[in-house]
Amino acid sequence: MDTVVLSMENITKVYSNGFVANKNVNFSVNEGEIHALVGENGAGKSTLMKVLFGVEKPDEGHILLHGKEIHIDNPIVAIKSGIGMVHQHFMLVPSLTVAENMVLGMEPKKKGLFSMEQAVKITEEAATKFHFQVDATARIEDLSVGKKQKIEILKALVRGARILILDEPTAVLTPQETKELFVELKNLRDEGLTVIFISHKLNEVTELCDRITVMRAGRTIGVQEVRNVSESDISRKMIGRDVQLNIQKSRAKPGDIVLNVKNVTKYSRTSAKKALDGISLRVRRGEILGIAGVEGNGQTELSESITGMDKEFEGSIQIGGMDVKNHSIRQAREHGLAHISEDRITYGIVGDGSIEENIISDRYYKPDFQKGPLLDLRKIDKLADELIGRFDIKCDGRDQPIKMLSGGNMQKVVVAREFTSGSSLIVANQPTRGIDVGASEFIRNKLVELRDQGAGVLLISADLNEVMELSDSLIVMSDGKIAAYFEDAAAVSTDELGEYMLGIRTMTPDKIRRVADND
Amino acid sequence: MTKSVSKSIKTPKEVEREFDILRVLLGMTIALCIAFLIILLISKDPLGALKSFVIGPLSTLRRMGNVVEAMTPLLFTGVAVCFIFSANQTNMAVEGGFLLGALGATIGATVFHLPPVIHPLVCLLLGGLFGAFACYVPALLYVKFNSKPVVSSLMMNYICMYIALGIINHVIRDPGAGFPASYTFDETAQLARVLKGTHVHAGIFVGLVVVLVGYLYLYRSRKGYEIRMVGKNVNFAAYSGMPVNKVLMNSQLIGGFLAGMGGAVEVLGMYTRFQYQGLTGHGFDGILVGIIAGYNPAIVPLAALFLGYIRVGADVMSRMNDIPIELVSIIQSIIIVLVVAERFLYKQKHRKLVEVAHKELAREEVAANE
Repeated sequence: MDTVVLSMENITKVYSNGFVANKNVNFSVNEGEIHALVGENGAGKSTLMKVLFGVEKPDEGHILLHGKEIHIDNPIVAIKSGIGMVHQHFMLVPSLTVAENMVLGMEPKKKGLFSMEQAVKITEEAATKFHFQVDATARIEDLSVGKKQKIEILKALVRGARILILDEPTAVLTPQETKELFVELKNLRDEGLTVIFISHKLNEVTELCDRITVMRAGRTIGVQEVRNVSESDISRKMIGRDVQLNIQKSRAKPGDIVLNVKNVTKYSRTSAKKALDGISLRVRRGEILGIAGVEGNGQTELSESITGMDKEFEGSIQIGGMDVKNHSIRQAREHGLAHISEDRITYGIVGDGSIEENIISDRYYKPDFQKGPLLDLRKIDKLADELIGRFDIKCDGRDQPIKMLSGGNMQKVVVAREFTSGSSLIVANQPTRGIDVGASEFIRNKLVELRDQGAGVLLISADLNEVMELSDSLIVMSDGKIAAYFEDAAAVSTDELGEYMLGIRTMTPDKIRRVADND
Repeated sequence: MTKSVSKSIKTPKEVEREFDILRVLLGMTIALCIAFLIILLISKDPLGALKSFVIGPLSTLRRMGNVVEAMTPLLFTGVAVCFIFSANQTNMAVEGGFLLGALGATIGATVFHLPPVIHPLVCLLLGGLFGAFACYVPALLYVKFNSKPVVSSLMMNYICMYIALGIINHVIRDPGAGFPASYTFDETAQLARVLKGTHVHAGIFVGLVVVLVGYLYLYRSRKGYEIRMVGKNVNFAAYSGMPVNKVLMNSQLIGGFLAGMGGAVEVLGMYTRFQYQGLTGHGFDGILVGIIAGYNPAIVPLAALFLGYIRVGADVMSRMNDIPIELVSIIQSIIIVLVVAERFLYKQKHRKLVEVAHKELAREEVAANE
């Protein structure tokens, strides 16, 4: 059972921005095991897997498959060598059927033409063999996220994968879907396949995996049998110190209403569907209202509407009594809005800009930072240095291009800006997505701190633990509507949430209405 | 960071900067080498030709003057391009703006009659406004209708050209000139010569002021910060609350104004009447200058000097030897290609970065063991 099927030796990878993602990394997996690869973001997990899948070329080191050295120059070689990868963002063609996606690039032909029959047959055979339940003729776009992921896994298996890499597979799943996935993965392991499971979620690792490799700052810290370690051991290894997994939080003391969303409806840009369907809610100063839900159920549209990024909606949104629709983003920000965008790279930062340029983007124009006709660089430098220190941003200095930082440090720059603008409403959309445990914990504590100082927080997160831990009250969004409202977030179970997220249950309109007039 | 430290270990940031400079210098060098190769191939007297090309511009005061004369308008169009391209707008109407600026100055210098000092200032202002108009149209079309400035600005250049030629030919043409040209400028409007024996005129000082103010505006003021942030990531700028459309218009109006001013300075300094018969190429040269300068006005004088120098060198060579002046265009093109090619020297840079990373690792280990 304990035969090493694949090992990576002394892998070093330096990115063109000078960032050393992997430093002499050794990593090996056995046949028939589920091997967890954990670490903070920026620890080098993704890079290591990209090297393994032929997406990135290592600068040093080699890869042995069944004891023989192989050169994986591109993903085609990887696939031929029996390595399959399921990316976090699915690589499926939404308008095609499951069977068509399944055979993409290896289409069965009959008389020179594509044979749908064959494709369906291949899909169904594979599904039976690996105990997956799929409808080969369904269109991808009609499937749930969980189903799409199954298709991705099956796609890799059809291509002969014996080693399956799953990059944070549960990030987009509901608790029920996660359970299903785990059963299937265990089945695959019993068939003798190897699964490499990348995750942030330690409880999943201990539940599912056999062995665990921890990475930190580009190096492997150690390999262990999962049954011999505790979650706190792992997390200490990951960040090199003890973390408190629980946020210290006192009871909320709600104050004035700072965000008032009334009956907001928005049509989707791509289809005739309503992306938002009559949403009403209120956020008060001194409370955190969490929004849970599977991604793509209107959270993005809601946060864009509230923050003034998209003004094409019906209904009204007021921030501190100011109507968002006929005011600019700057006016909204001056009226107390702070915004952490879910898409850090596109909106949150300017990659080519320095850390300093990123920090001052919401306040550079204020009289405080002017000296005659020019910017008061001394003051700006001072502010940047101070915030780099206060938010513990690891960098070479304030004039370092922000694109050279790790995801977690980038996000710290974003929050260093958004959390210091003296705001009364913070819209935090996926504030800790894709960043390490240490930075996440930091940001979560800051959110609570700001709440205690009297800011209202609207927290949108796909991370159930996060919303449940942070929120004072909680709503669940499903299909553009509010499916449930819980006045006390602490009194909800994950299973209950999951059912509302999946649309299996919906609260009565009366109960939901309370979120809009919780006086 | 002190020198001794940076010598032992460079940060990746420094490597990046080093290679940016190296790329430009090497691009220029390779271009010149290719030029030499061509000279070797086609000239009967390659050494003589080379000598004319390389040190010809320095051989007499007049030729040195020629270099300054050639770089003067490029200071304006170069800085203009810094403004426009920093906002990530490919508005090439600086070319048309330059010609319209010359037209504006011509109108000012022939229609109005004003006292010295004030007269050229009014002409420069007029030229600037005319130039701003040229860049305004593509900018507005983009902001309002999302029509890409790459196309609209090239079309705008033709519009500018025919507006200018039309007005010169039909409105302010001097019938006594014997060729299509405007009336002569009032003497009060012409820019003073500042160096005896050359045509170097006061425009060079105006140009240097434009460089200085342009640099301070773009890199030290809040408006300049807006322009650069909008150019680097427009989504980020909007998210941060910047008035994106205003910034886009602003950067292009300033760019157009400077290009127009360049046209005004050029005609008032070098000529006594408007006698262009088409687009002059100063705007496109400005794009080259801007690119070499990395859109930083502070480096524009160097880039303009380089371009002016090889222009005059080629001119000297074509007159003294058997090399056609077209050679310069070839050199120019090669430089652009090499400078804008980001992957040029990429492998070397990457190797250097790996090396730096290793040193850093070694240092960390030493520190850890201590």
